[in-house]
Amino acid sequence: MAAQSKTSPGSGSIALSEVAHVSNLARLGLTEEELVKLAAQLELIVAAVGKLSQADVSGVEATAQVGQARNVTRPDQVAPGLSAAEALANAATTEAGFLRVPAIQ
Amino acid sequence: MSLLEEPIRELGRRLREREISAVELAQAALARIEAVDPAVGAFLRVTPELAMEAAVAADRTLATDPGGAAALCGIPVAYKDLICTKGVETTAASRILEGFVPPYSATVVERLAALGAVPLGKLNCDEFAMGSSNENSAYQITRNPWDLERVPGGSSGGSAAAVAARLACATLGSDTGGSIRLPASFTGVVGVKPTYGRVSRYGLIAFASSLDQIGPLTKTVEDAALVMTAISGRDPRDSTSVEAPLDGFLEDLHRGVEGLRLGVPREYLEVGIEPGVRKVFDQAVSSLERMGAVVEEVSLPSTEFALSAYYVIAPAEVSSNLARMDGVRFGPGFAGAKNLREAYETARHQGFGEEVRRRIILGAYALSSGYYDAYYLRAQQVRTLVARDFEQAFAKVDAIVSPTAPTAAFRLGERTADPLAMYGTDVLTLPANLAGISGISVPAGFAAGLPVGLQVLGPYLGESICFRIAHSVETESRLWQQLPPVAGLAG
Amino acid sequence: MISPSQTGWEAVIGLEVHAQLLTRSKMFCSCRADYLGLPANSNTCPVCLGLPGALPVINEEGVRLTIRTALALECEIPEFTKFDRKNYFYPDLPKGYQISQYDLPLSLRGRLDFQVEGRSVRAGITRVHLEEDTGTLHHAGEIQTSAFSLVDLNRAGVPLMEIVGEPDLRSPAEARAYLATLRQLLVYIGVNDGNMEEGSLRCDANISLRPIGTEPLGVKVEVKNMNSFRSVQRALEYELERQTEVLEQGGRLVQETRGWSELEQRTVSQRSKEVAQEYRYFPEPDLPPLLISRARVEEVRADLPELPAARRERFQSQYQLTEEQARLLTDRPADSRYFEDVVAAGVSPLLAANWQLGDLQGLCNAANLEVANCRIDPGSLAGLLRMVENREVTAKVAKEVLARGFETGESPAEMVRSQGLGQLSDADEIAGWVDQVLTEQAQAAADYLAGNERALGRLVGTVMGKSKGRANPVIVNQLLRERLSRPGG
Repeated sequence: MAAQSKTSPGSGSIALSEVAHVSNLARLGLTEEELVKLAAQLELIVAAVGKLSQADVSGVEATAQVGQARNVTRPDQVAPGLSAAEALANAATTEAGFLRVPAIQ
Repeated sequence: MSLLEEPIRELGRRLREREISAVELAQAALARIEAVDPAVGAFLRVTPELAMEAAVAADRTLATDPGGAAALCGIPVAYKDLICTKGVETTAASRILEGFVPPYSATVVERLAALGAVPLGKLNCDEFAMGSSNENSAYQITRNPWDLERVPGGSSGGSAAAVAARLACATLGSDTGGSIRLPASFTGVVGVKPTYGRVSRYGLIAFASSLDQIGPLTKTVEDAALVMTAISGRDPRDSTSVEAPLDGFLEDLHRGVEGLRLGVPREYLEVGIEPGVRKVFDQAVSSLERMGAVVEEVSLPSTEFALSAYYVIAPAEVSSNLARMDGVRFGPGFAGAKNLREAYETARHQGFGEEVRRRIILGAYALSSGYYDAYYLRAQQVRTLVARDFEQAFAKVDAIVSPTAPTAAFRLGERTADPLAMYGTDVLTLPANLAGISGISVPAGFAAGLPVGLQVLGPYLGESICFRIAHSVETESRLWQQLPPVAGLAG
Repeated sequence: MISPSQTGWEAVIGLEVHAQLLTRSKMFCSCRADYLGLPANSNTCPVCLGLPGALPVINEEGVRLTIRTALALECEIPEFTKFDRKNYFYPDLPKGYQISQYDLPLSLRGRLDFQVEGRSVRAGITRVHLEEDTGTLHHAGEIQTSAFSLVDLNRAGVPLMEIVGEPDLRSPAEARAYLATLRQLLVYIGVNDGNMEEGSLRCDANISLRPIGTEPLGVKVEVKNMNSFRSVQRALEYELERQTEVLEQGGRLVQETRGWSELEQRTVSQRSKEVAQEYRYFPEPDLPPLLISRARVEEVRADLPELPAARRERFQSQYQLTEEQARLLTDRPADSRYFEDVVAAGVSPLLAANWQLGDLQGLCNAANLEVANCRIDPGSLAGLLRMVENREVTAKVAKEVLARGFETGESPAEMVRSQGLGQLSDADEIAGWVDQVLTEQAQAAADYLAGNERALGRLVGTVMGKSKGRANPVIVNQLLRERLSRPGG
């Protein structure tokens, strides 16, 4: 796969290896076939999104959140939560009150 | 006229005066759902026992304290399946949440329950709210009551279709890039996207945290204002919710538009509006002018970048929000997985549909090292520009009007093979989400027999101006009294 | 232990300390923060369980305690700070991301002064930030070979403060001293309980070597799983040796994470953790940022308790104690408070210090208790010591009643009074015992007269015994000498 420029959106191509890498990060378990199809679609989307590079954002602050809220906190108090039964009610596999997952390796 | 065709205020009067009971009203709704919903597919699950329970309780309140009963007491409502309902399966229309029964209810659900609203069930939507046509549900198709071969719009397609077919008096949906306003436009109902922070998101399964809002879909603007009054307000459990007065939601409805300055964004009309839709829009604008509004052109120059910014920010946030869907604490799990990685991948591969996967990858990509600055950071900067555009426009005009969507409802399957075309459906609605301002879609007419909505956008916390304008349009057109053919199935 | 100067290599060490904060509730929800001993998964709510739709809300006390720590470490506190999401998958991380701080933390650029091997060292603090703890995993055997893991989310969401130190430490001994000093500081200011065994205080280390006198840093190895001061020092000593050996033989070191094995007393590579972890940090959209006003900072600063170094100094100057005494008494804040309470009740500081550090500490050590938690409260000890000072009771008897009161909870001073154990100073009564003893212990008397001073001590001891320890030892001594110096006695 072609070497990827990591600094310019809109260059249009997104390497299969990158899609595989991101799919791996996101634990999506995509098959080879699915990755190829997705990469093709993503290429188009990324190209469209690449329009962003044309915007003049010099000196513009990023908005992580709209609204002027600041310092929203709560007092340090304990309130009742879920019982263990409620907490585990939706879990597929539990054991002796714990959630159970396969080997981490 | 069926009970469900009456506005909430009228139903409320009849309930208080004991002309009808809440139980009767609930039964009428349930009967309509049974008769009509097989054709429409709005409901994922109906909860008759809970409805009856709530109706009985509402009747008690109405009998003992009619004067004190809330406007929504005894009124049948339903919730998009993205909103957590305690003890009732909530799936976000995804397989990965199949069987998930939340141990808690969203704040909006609690608020409506406390007022005596009657919950009918959970409504179909696009999986995790990702989509503009409601075709991304893992469970079923929802059809547009005005033409069953067409989409109702998304992602709150079920919420819109249910109101259009008069199966509930009001539904709640969610709007991240237009997911309330768009289906409202496609199905000929009223849909409100509140100002970001107006309505608590606690209990809304998160799509894009900085864009999502829960809002009402109803048949009339006043109905929407009533629901907004009930669900709005600061929630200590949602740090992004704000304390804001419900200034004039109901009081200002009837003030008319005389002297109001309305802006039409030049850039919105340049995106390729279908002629039929454009005609309806122009007629609506003329109508507003006749009623005394002054209409002028405004410019929102960053519009051309808004779609791109949205399709970076929303996927980025959702890629993170969906990381908790790992099959461990809820969901169908990962039987047979040999190790942890396989467990995660099995659960998520089997559980997520194509659009969800697409956006997770896009989002994770935009946040990954080497791309963060070029995509995510830049998109957030563009967001600032979009917000500024609106601020500057609202210095000149009181509200902005536009078509809600470039087209009317398209056919089922028409855009599913072309993600970009699908994304383009939101081009007129998503800027408001980026800026966090308020918006409403109100039925404005028909194009080739399909509903077309007028979008009204107001400044930050400016819902009342939107309601006022929308109400004028509605009073003039009386479109809400026209029903789709399928609604007649119940007789 | 190879010393760097012998080999020409210099160790460059920086510690990363995670400290659970002593809040009542978790960092982003209202579940209890003290989760130890609770049945598995019984301390959760939709928020810390990571259920769909749940949202975090910042615990204001977590912020306050972090600011307090930052001030105690002389850090700068910026006006604007925010939380970020750190995204990765692990079973103990229910949301699939940890709410932490990335580029705009609560504090930066501080320092910690400490003593090691008689030297004063100043180490830089890079930053102190706030985040949430994960749940806990349990395995049968080793995590690498276990067939499955059990997850308990009781701890998920507990407030965690991360203190990152500059790589200013130059030896394992320095690292240990830094850690001990930091721990003491955190306990003193009431933000953490200092418990490494139970995991409320954790330490990871970064260590690299470079030729002495050079600037560029060598290959960095991260060392984890050290559960005590001693294992921190041992693990770093091991690494130092291992790395030195590799470099001396011309080999190359790998940048990696290694875990300390207490059992095998060596570090083991955890290569599997090296698979590129990309955290994709971005600002937490569910939490508005924090603006920390200067007034708020001063408010927290005004609340800062006396820090250990200042208290050590003050104990020396105010109470005329030695450096050693001051150090021991102030090692634990509760002990220093105990001491001051005893002095405030009217006991001379030197006497109080001797008894607290001597007899009382001895009793406590044997019973595995802390002075502040034992049955002798400051008032009790003070009551007894005042009697000692006033010569109402002998030291010997005082020790006995102290030991008894320690067991039973009775007031030692009361015991002296009610059981008539007070010091006897009646010369005639004492003379009676003296004469008895001189008769019975004629040999000892002869030894003394022959010039053996120690024999007098034995005689004093015997008289004390006859008086059940109550005779005024000064008078006993005096009378014995008188008798023994009389001609013909």
